[in-house]
Amino acid sequence: MGAMTDGAGRTLTYREAVREALWLELENDPDVFVMGEDIGQYGGVFKVTAGLLDRFGPDRILDTPISEAAIVGAAVGAAMVGKRPVVELMFMDFAFVAADQLLNQAAKMQFLSGDQFRVPLTIRTQQGVGSGTAAQHSQSLEALFMHIPGFAVAVPSTPADAKGLLASAIRSDQPAIVIEHKALYGIKGQVAEGLYRMPFGQAAIRRPGSDATIASYSRTVHVALVAADALASEGIEAEVIDLRTLVPLDYDTILDSVARTGRLVVAHEGHRNVGPGAEIAARVGELGWRDLRAPIRRVCGLDIPVPYAAPLEAAWLPSAEDIAGAVRETMGSAVPPQRA
Amino acid sequence: MNLRAAGANPSRLDTYASLIGIRGFEERAQDLFSRSLIRGSIHLGIGQEAVAVGARLGSRPGDLVVPTYRGHAYALAWGMSFDAAFGELLGRVTGCCHGRGGSKHFADREKGILPGNAIVAAGLPIGCGTALADSVDKRDRVTIVPFGDGATNQAAFHEALNLAAVWRLPVVFLCENNLYGEMTPLANAVRIDRLADRAAAYGIPGDQVDGMDVEAVTGVVGEAVHRARSGDGPTLVEALTYRFCGHMPGDTEPYRTREEVDRWRERDPITIQRERMLRAGLDEGDIRSRDEAIASALAAAESAALAAPPPDLSDIALGTAEWMEWER
Repeated sequence: MGAMTDGAGRTLTYREAVREALWLELENDPDVFVMGEDIGQYGGVFKVTAGLLDRFGPDRILDTPISEAAIVGAAVGAAMVGKRPVVELMFMDFAFVAADQLLNQAAKMQFLSGDQFRVPLTIRTQQGVGSGTAAQHSQSLEALFMHIPGFAVAVPSTPADAKGLLASAIRSDQPAIVIEHKALYGIKGQVAEGLYRMPFGQAAIRRPGSDATIASYSRTVHVALVAADALASEGIEAEVIDLRTLVPLDYDTILDSVARTGRLVVAHEGHRNVGPGAEIAARVGELGWRDLRAPIRRVCGLDIPVPYAAPLEAAWLPSAEDIAGAVRETMGSAVPPQRA
Repeated sequence: MNLRAAGANPSRLDTYASLIGIRGFEERAQDLFSRSLIRGSIHLGIGQEAVAVGARLGSRPGDLVVPTYRGHAYALAWGMSFDAAFGELLGRVTGCCHGRGGSKHFADREKGILPGNAIVAAGLPIGCGTALADSVDKRDRVTIVPFGDGATNQAAFHEALNLAAVWRLPVVFLCENNLYGEMTPLANAVRIDRLADRAAAYGIPGDQVDGMDVEAVTGVVGEAVHRARSGDGPTLVEALTYRFCGHMPGDTEPYRTREEVDRWRERDPITIQRERMLRAGLDEGDIRSRDEAIASALAAAESAALAAPPPDLSDIALGTAEWMEWER
């Protein structure tokens, strides 16, 4: 995990790092408040917001009914008159219940009002596969928020990024969604003390390499690093890029890397069909095709719903071996495609 | 043009001027549309003006409104100028949203007019949010959220009324029951006679009012606004009203008879207010001179908007984040 630490500080879990960003922003600005289902007294189903109610009180930490459209809609309205609400959507899958408020309302109000009303709204949610939560609690839906103009989309892979990107989302005058990963809450990493904000649109190179580029984000970065270790033992040096935010997306770092390696694999949990990898592959094809020495490969969640049973779920998820296989393929090794 | 002096108790003549200003604006909008000068569609509330004007008079200057796509009346009642309104209808840079929104999305931050919302019932949760902000910041402000009868069957209606009730938010939910959800008769969409009865499901008051009588609306909305401002939470007000025009241009209106429309036209809110003024002894000449003043203000604003330039293409991404990529 040496490559995954960012800066000096203490060791915190991803969960604690998110909580620290909320805590510091709540202290920093009286207009910041947090709302969501079971986030106050209960502390959130992933315990991210534990302790906030005691410290900040019920006017700033609001337990809501199970009403995603009303929760997000109320946050949109409050944001339009100057508040900085942070909504916890318990599972990303529930975004569909609030889809109108997210994508027709929050994403469009500033534009359609001719820049009169801004919506400094932050959505915090978690997504992803890995604990048997099945088809309606495991989806990776970041592509929806990339497709509709309006939201910044952050997908932190480390505790330090989880804190810094959330703080930036809360300070942003535009809507932002910070998508955590349910399997990352317990991971540990170095996190700087105090309030800091990480700029959107700056990818991190988690492991340098000269032979192939793996672009990834969220939990899949960790899987890609395992793949890169395996490839290194075969003499293939893969560069692993952590995109950190998908909107805005740091194409420069990908293109610079591809200019050196000539090969690109995009790896993520979201479905392949019209997923983030499709857009990244298209852009690199448009802008960096002269540098490419092999077709771009995507390693993604399968284009079927997420299954429950452990072996099925594991087969659904892109593995380190899937990613390593895709890299080998771009290197011209005689390895058949992992996923037809 | 501000249709009424802010903060003052409006005279009946001022109230009447608000009504005829809105009516005149929408009749001109109809004409502009028929001449293909307005894009997309327009959703007029001809016949329903008393609900918007009554809502304005029942609230205080500074109170917020979250209108729908049938929202010209609320924008004008809340003080939007005819220039800004015609400019937006025509997609001009002088429009209230600089031509970004059009008829459905009139907005004016300074005047407390949130953007008109073209998704049925979406404004109700948003109105909960403005009220929530005022509630936690202890601001003495109320949010009025108008919507049609059709909105009462949306999930957002249920979620919003419940949330506002649970948190006792300073908001008034104002249902304009014009008997048709777009083109569908209300009787085909609900099994109750009084939509105000739905308030009982949330433990909040539900009142019904004659939506063709501006002074009646003012009174009932005024009580609801008072409750909201006093910390007693939301009210559902059902205003019984009628749109004399179709849901949109080209609506062939197979869902209602000419006789039904004519019966409602006998209760035209403008006629009701005009006759009330005459009965109270107002001089007919004063009324007529107000008619003329409004008509000439409308004509001047329409001409100015027609002469105004469209938005500059270089400014196409106005109101987007600096990091948004929009170049082709």
